[in-house]
Amino acid sequence: MESARGVGVDIVDACEVEDALARWGERYLARVYTRREVATWDPSPRRLAVCFAAKEAALKALAPPETEAVPWPSIDVQPGPRGTLLLELFGEGAKLAERRGVGRFVGSATLAGDRAAAVVVALGDTA
Amino acid sequence: MNDEIREILRLHAHLPIDPGSLATEADLFAAGMSSHASVGVMLALEERFGVEFPDHMLKREVFGTIDSIRSALEELAGVR
Repeated sequence: MESARGVGVDIVDACEVEDALARWGERYLARVYTRREVATWDPSPRRLAVCFAAKEAALKALAPPETEAVPWPSIDVQPGPRGTLLLELFGEGAKLAERRGVGRFVGSATLAGDRAAAVVVALGDTA
Repeated sequence: MNDEIREILRLHAHLPIDPGSLATEADLFAAGMSSHASVGVMLALEERFGVEFPDHMLKREVFGTIDSIRSALEELAGVR
């Protein structure tokens, strides 16, 4: 049986994403997003804001120590049906999830004007 | 270096207060820097100081205070 191991929420202003794209372009995309995410969410700042909010929400659900590095591209976010999110972790993100006993995530996102919000619950087998 | 870091924070951290008023040990996230804003701060620091933060430095501890940012930059520059 699964239980919640953590929950995270984040909100991102798409104007900040738009500014980052204009200022940093490919550098910004490469440091934050996976190639799959860029193909799925780019070039819309509002859609990328959803993606980033979901990444941060997932990180918060995993609650890494401040001393631990989890690069943003170690979490891949894809859109699911009806505002849901599909998350897959790699590298340091996957290692952290394993240590936390997290097997999968469920998430949802929304856009209100230029504000993107996402909530993610990390699920794992009940000990 | 602290002044340069404060200028980058002023331009990219989207803080509700003037970074010039922050103590160097003050928590920037608690002061209002969002996670996405920290991305811009990171990229701006890399451009300004000609460095690239390796993956093992991409953690809240590094970008959390002016002191920690300066320490990381000094490490990357080979000063420490």
